[in-house]
Formats: sequence, structure tokens, C-alpha cells
Amino acid sequence: MMPKMQFKRSVIGLFQPGSEDTVADSMDALKAGGYTEHEYELLTGTPYPEGTFGEAEPKHSLFRYPLIGAACGFIIGLILTSGTQLAYPLITGGKPVLSIPPMAIIMYEGTMLGAILFTVLGIIIESRLPRLFMGAYDTRITEGWIGVTVTTTEDRIGKAEEILRKSGAREVKRGWEKS
Amino acid sequence: MQEHIDLDQKQVNETLLKDVVGTPRWWLPAVGFLGMVFLAGVGAFGYLLNKGVGVWGQNRPVFWAFDMTNFVFWIGISHAGIMISAILRLTQAEWRRPVTRAAEVLTVFSLTAALMAAPLTHTGRPWRSWLWIFPYDFERGVWPNVRSAFVWDPSAVMTYLTASTLFVIIALLPDLAVIRDRTTGMRQKIYGFLCLGWRGTPRQWKLQAVAGILLSALVLPVFVSVHSIVSWDFAVQIGVEGWHSTIFAPYFIIGAIHSGVSAVATVMVLMVWLFKWDKVLRPDHFDAIGRLLIIVATVWFFAFFLEWVFALYTLEKPELVLRELQVFKMPYMPLFLTFLVTAFFFPVPLWLFKNVRRSLFWMFVTTISVNIGMWLERFLIIVPGIIRRQPTEFNWGSYHPSIIEILILTATFAWVAMGMLVFAKVFPLVPLFDIKEGMVGRHVIKIGRKIVPASIRE
Repeated sequence: MMPKMQFKRSVIGLFQPGSEDTVADSMDALKAGGYTEHEYELLTGTPYPEGTFGEAEPKHSLFRYPLIGAACGFIIGLILTSGTQLAYPLITGGKPVLSIPPMAIIMYEGTMLGAILFTVLGIIIESRLPRLFMGAYDTRITEGWIGVTVTTTEDRIGKAEEILRKSGAREVKRGWEKS
Repeated sequence: MQEHIDLDQKQVNETLLKDVVGTPRWWLPAVGFLGMVFLAGVGAFGYLLNKGVGVWGQNRPVFWAFDMTNFVFWIGISHAGIMISAILRLTQAEWRRPVTRAAEVLTVFSLTAALMAAPLTHTGRPWRSWLWIFPYDFERGVWPNVRSAFVWDPSAVMTYLTASTLFVIIALLPDLAVIRDRTTGMRQKIYGFLCLGWRGTPRQWKLQAVAGILLSALVLPVFVSVHSIVSWDFAVQIGVEGWHSTIFAPYFIIGAIHSGVSAVATVMVLMVWLFKWDKVLRPDHFDAIGRLLIIVATVWFFAFFLEWVFALYTLEKPELVLRELQVFKMPYMPLFLTFLVTAFFFPVPLWLFKNVRRSLFWMFVTTISVNIGMWLERFLIIVPGIIRRQPTEFNWGSYHPSIIEILILTATFAWVAMGMLVFAKVFPLVPLFDIKEGMVGRHVIKIGRKIVPASIRE
């Protein structure tokens, strides 16, 4: 028998600019209300110092990406330079077919290009982008308002709304449904 | 920074997005004019393709002239972005905030101008340029020669262009979300698509901060390699004494930084004059870049001095003849004097004065002057270097630029200016989130009887 699909709903509480303490209190209230860190999220229009709102430090593995990219770029550079010289050898008297200094230059550029391409890919993946489904959101967030969204099951959404209102949100509104 | 005007996030959006959401009256005529200049260059390029490189003023032995000068010049300007953006970002210099994106965008457009100047026009058959780099001829087994500096060069420049473009795109994501939230209809859909659904979660901000530092650290070694490799286009040739110098790589790099940082200062002045962003670009920012320029210019002048010392110390006749040609013979003598005055002796003493560094007019004049000098520097390295009479040559032609070369040169300048203006119309040229972050971390502290601004950082 197929498990019953659990529909989720989103709600956003909007806090006025400059109300960092109130937002931190509301996040504490949500935690105390039994909501996990996967259920609520903070939205701001500017980067704040980590932990301003008592949120957990986001973990990421971005630093692995450039290493993988650099290894790939180095290997491609090595194959490209040694392969072309071996396939079409320009023999100069007394000198080896593979000329190391120019190979090093192209392999270096290949290494750096690979590292940069993979880093950019890593930034997008680790930032959880692209996000096709915006969920609960408000355009005032990019004007300095602070949003706290809760995405949870239908039966728990009402309680989340209540917590957000009680903890000082100037406006609470429902977002789109999310399955 | 000691001077600032406090703006809230809404005011920052309004100030910096007014020309993205609306259109200033001067914008269309300015872009139209630059577009016409660019099209004149495109016409000249078409004529060049049709008739061949004989329409240039080049005469044996002068095979390189305006095209290579432009190439080196624009690669030099492209070093602006990384110098300002990466180094200042890594050192957490507060004054970088309003400047970084303009510098990065200048990098991207000047790199494309460099590519227009060299592979596109210089090769004569630009549609075959890419065949230098990639193995292509599987039928006949003909492959690119990786021992040629002209294979190293595109690999470095293309890496730098790719890296710089991606750097700009990644740093644009949060600002594209701001425009998405300020627009409606189709524009909102387009910006929403471009920002990849950015929401501004702590995770996204954290990754954005790490990305700035990580990409800066990765692009910096590329930045050093690019102009080193450009200098090796010249330095690995043993036939031209003036070029075959071990100091060329660092000399080219510091020269590129000199012209690039000056170009950023010019762009900063234009940002205030054209877009009225005087609330975010304060006299303190010009003061800071002026101080940086004094250091950069002095190091560049030292490298220039060393290049001459290395050349003259051996007292070899070919070198002495070349230097005599550069300094005492017409038409190079006035060009050499103009180069020295405009690149160093006019701007640097003026930058020692605080009033000059804080004056938009004087910063504009002095930084334009530097780039006139730095263009001439590249010209004086290239043309007299190969025009010198050598015993094994039997064609001793001279060089005068033709109208075709002048039109193509002008078109590269029009292209960069037009590109910057079009970018500023479509995307914010000042990073909104960086300015807002600076405002959040800004505070005042009281020391004795004085209240001074302070910036809080993690």
C-alpha cells in the first residue's frame, strides 16, 4: 500500500527592520514550541553576522569542490598537452618530445579553470539553488524587513502562526502549499 | 571609513536601483553615440577582413603595432577588477564595498576588448583562431603547438575571462533578487529566473561570503599568470633585444595594476557624475584609491627603472641603439616624454596632496593621464622594439597607423564604455548587499570627547 502523501504548508512572519532581538526571540519560541530547525527558516535582505538571531551555523562542504575541480583540470591539461605533442611530434634535435615548461603553463591554467568552475558549481549547489518553489515570501524582505518562515504539516501550521504573532511579527501570512 | 551617510535598506535600494528601474535621460543618446563609434570600428574590421592586413600601416619589420598595443593595454585594464575586488576583499578593506562590482565588470568588458584587439583583428583570419588552442584536425593529425606562447596566451586569457564573468554572476544573485522584488510583469519573471530563486537564508548569505573569499583566492593566481603570459608573448622571443628581458613578467603585472586601478578610479568618478551616487561613493573612497595609486605607481616606476638598468648595464650595442631610438629619435622622443609625464611625473606628485585625492575633477584628470601614458608605454615597447634595424633584415620599413587601425582602437574604447553603461542599466553597478552589510556593521564609538565611526566585522 502506498504511504499517504503528507502535504505541507508555509507561513511567514514579517518583522520590522531593526527588530533583530524580537526575531531571535521568535526563533526561540518556535524551538520551544517543538519546531525543528528544518521546519523554520530566517530570511533577510542583507548578511548579518552569524548567530545574530541565535540560528545554527550553516554547515557546508564548499571547500571540497575546488579540489575536485583542480584535479580534473590538471588531468585534462596533462592529456591535452602531452597528447598533442605525442600525436604530432615536433622533434627538435637533442630535445625530448614532451616539453615540460609550456606543459606546466597550460596545466596550471587548466587546474585553476577546473577549480573555479567547480567552485561556482559548488556555490550554487550548496546554496540550494536554483529554487523553483519560493514558498512563503514577501518582497519587503529585500527592503530590510526580516522574515521567519515555517514550513510544516497542515495540522501544525496554525500553532506556528500563533507563535509568530505572539512573538512580535507585524504581519503573518500563508505561503504556497508544498508537498 | 571616517565619512559615511547612513541609509536604511530601502533607501539603498532606491538610490542604487533608480537607474535600473528607470532610465536616465542621457543614457540612450550616450549609448547610441558609443554604439555608432563601435559600429564604425566594426565597419573598419569588415574592410580589414575583405582586403587583408595590408590596409594597416604596418611595414616590414613592424608586424605588430596598434593591435598588440591595444591587446596588452586592455589586458592591463582588466587587472583592475581583481586588484580591487579580490585583494581588498581578502584584506577586508571597508572602502571596497561600492567599488568591487564596477571593477569586476570593467575587467570583463576590457577582456572582451582585448580579445577583439588581438585574436579577432590581429590574426587576419579570426574564424580560425580557436584552432590554435584545441586539437581539431583528426583527419591529417595536425595539432596545435603547445610550445608556442600563442597557445599559452588564449588559455590564460580565457581562464581569466571565465573566472571574472562567473565572479560577477555569483555576486549578482542577491541583487537580482532585489530587482525581482521591485519590478513587475515580464521583467520580474526574467530577474526571478536570473536570481535562481534567491531568498536570503543564512545558508545563502554564508555561501555568498565564502564564495567571495574563495573565488578571490582562486582568481588571484590567474590574475598573476595572465599578464606574465602576455609578457612572455614578447619575452620568450630571442630575436628582439628590447623584449627579451627577465623582468618583463613582474613589470607587465605592476604596469597592468597601475593602469587598471587608475581606470577603476576613473569609473568611480563617472559613477558619481553620471549616476549621482555621491551618498555611497564618498571623498574618503577617492582618498583611499589615491593612496593606493601612489604605492602602485611607485612600484611600477621602480620596475620600469630596473628594466632600463638591465638593458643598459651590459652596454651591448643593439640595446643601446634601441634605447637611443626610443628616447632620442623622432617620432618616438615626444611619445616617450609624454609617456613619462602622463604615467608618473604628472599624476603621482599631485596625488600626494589630500585635496587632489578628494577632488573628483583632479582624480578624473590624473587617472585618465595615467592611461594615456600606459597605452604609450606598450606602444613604445612594441613598435621601436621591432623597427630597430638589424643586420639580417633587408626591409626597413617605418610605421604610421592607418585610419582602419585608429577606428578599431576607438571602437574598443566605445565597446567598454557602452558595455559598462548597458550593464548599469540592466544590473546594479554597485553591490547592494555589500553596501547594506556595511551599514549593518557600522557603528559609532566615543573616544574621550570625540565620536568616531567604527565598522564591526566578524
